[in-house]
Amino acid sequence: MIEIKNLHKSYKTGNNSLHVLKGIDFSVKEGELVSIMGSSGSGKSTLLNILGMLDEADEGSYVLDNVPIKNLNEKIAAKYRNKFLGFIFQSFNLISYKSAVDNVSLPLYYQGVSRKERDEKSLYYLEKVGLADWADHLPNQLSGGQKQRVAIARALASDPKVLLADEPTGALDTKTSYEVMDLIQGINDEGRTILVVTHEPDIAEMTKRIVNLKDGRIVDDTLVNQIKATAHV
Amino acid sequence: MFNLERWQEIFETIRKNKLRTFLTSLSVASGIFILVILLGVSTGIETGVRTEFEQDATNRIQVSVRSTTKEYKGLNPGRRLQLRNSDYENLNAKYEDQIEYKTPLYNIWSGQVNYKNQQGNYRIEGASPDQQWIENATMTDGRYLNQSDIENSRKVAVIGYQMKEDLFKDEDPIGKTIILNNTVNFTVVGVYTDPGGTREETRLFMPITTAQKVFNAGENLNRIAYTIKMADTFDETVALSAAMREAIEQDLRTRFQVASDDRVAIGVYDTLEEAEKVFGLIATIRSVFWFIGIGTIIAGVVGVGNIMLIVVKERTKEIGIRKALGALPSEIIWMVLHESIFITSIAGLIGLFLGVGLLELVSPMVETDFIKFPKVDFNTAMSTVIILVVAGALAGFFPARRAANIKPIEALRDE
Repeated sequence: MIEIKNLHKSYKTGNNSLHVLKGIDFSVKEGELVSIMGSSGSGKSTLLNILGMLDEADEGSYVLDNVPIKNLNEKIAAKYRNKFLGFIFQSFNLISYKSAVDNVSLPLYYQGVSRKERDEKSLYYLEKVGLADWADHLPNQLSGGQKQRVAIARALASDPKVLLADEPTGALDTKTSYEVMDLIQGINDEGRTILVVTHEPDIAEMTKRIVNLKDGRIVDDTLVNQIKATAHV
Repeated sequence: MFNLERWQEIFETIRKNKLRTFLTSLSVASGIFILVILLGVSTGIETGVRTEFEQDATNRIQVSVRSTTKEYKGLNPGRRLQLRNSDYENLNAKYEDQIEYKTPLYNIWSGQVNYKNQQGNYRIEGASPDQQWIENATMTDGRYLNQSDIENSRKVAVIGYQMKEDLFKDEDPIGKTIILNNTVNFTVVGVYTDPGGTREETRLFMPITTAQKVFNAGENLNRIAYTIKMADTFDETVALSAAMREAIEQDLRTRFQVASDDRVAIGVYDTLEEAEKVFGLIATIRSVFWFIGIGTIIAGVVGVGNIMLIVVKERTKEIGIRKALGALPSEIIWMVLHESIFITSIAGLIGLFLGVGLLELVSPMVETDFIKFPKVDFNTAMSTVIILVVAGALAGFFPARRAANIKPIEALRDE
């Protein structure tokens, strides 16, 4: 599903160049649930941004679902993001003045899906994350866990190939974190490929494979025995 | 344009920021309001001045002579000059090609006119049929003078509408007999109205030949009036008219032996030149008004642009989210442009309606000689609307471009 070879990325700040990714080789097969770990500054967010086409690598190749991702302009990037990827953010990034169902239907709107179909699909995914009754609520009427579940529904709405979650539990308490991870595991069990960036070991334990990043390099890449989040709830 | 979702979004943002939207709209609305009022007033001035000129045909040349004021070739100043039929005929022959309408005129300033027991004093004027066109007179009843009246020196009279009201009240004046100076009977053949109003409608016209006989004037004329043919453009006509005026002046100087610097003795008056000066002035006023109005609108538009920049700044994160979810740059641009055009258009239309409304309200009350019926016509209103949409687009363009250039990664980091 994801094929990355010799990925380099550096940021220029004034005269200094900061080499963040120093040659990443990494591949993810369909249906995997991978966590990317590392301390802050290890380059894990940069890697995720490049995977999410929010940023572009200086060097190296990136193939997503057999499509080489290169020479992106804004327009193509927007299209690919919409078609291939679903994002889950630490701070949820819901649009504050839109109701839960409208937030979920936004990616569908940009796909040009009709209003009726949008509403149907959005409600379906809201139901899937257990928030059908909250469809008409605004984000600030929801709890943190509920917001993240709306965000997950939104990420799923466009039926993406890969879900990219950047610290999805970073702003949640332990109990809620596990509930969200339970949801993510459930989605993965249905066959969806998911990448989770986290620095919490217990969250990483709940994935099927842990990739450790340090100073821009992969230092460890191991399959683990997945711990079901339900065990904690 | 008819994207329901986008409209909903615009209303949502506007609802969230009522005061801000209101203040922005106010600046645009007042800009358009001021522009409309200024344009209305300038149209009023134009109408007023035009009406002043329309009392007579604008391409009119009038010739008259008075007494000399300067000594010339041994002739004493103070010599009385007199136009005669022959002068009229000579000028006609010489300028045949340029002349549109022509009439000789002989008048007495006041003559007593009686009909039954009604009586009044009116200006009595001998003229030819062309006088109708030179004076811009319209018949309300009967006919004007005709050629056979002239040839037969008929005792027929065409009277002004006001004069008919005075003497005949509700009676039909056509075919009735009126008595001039208690001596001569005239038959009324027509009633005219004149855009010059009451003052011009208290006159009686009779054939020039009749007038010369009745008043014992022989071959004498008081004035000669012409209108000249319009050339392709107004400026050309003005030039032709001025040339003809000077040529006639020269002819008459030779004919009456008048010094070339004697400005009083020979009066050739050219309405067109005066008209051109005034119309030029009006055009200047109009452009100054447009300039002020547009300036005011620009101030409003800059305001809208500023607000939109703030809006974009405030929504940076939201725009980042949208882009991450697959919004195309063009969709982001339209989102901002749409809002900006919407705000300016609505605000502008409100200003437009207020301005037009005020003009409609005040217009009937304004009645000075030089401002008449201040109003904005449909075309002007349309052009202001177009200006608004363009202005809205301009105001939104730079903020929209900034929004489109937002990098989702930076926007999302911006917490």
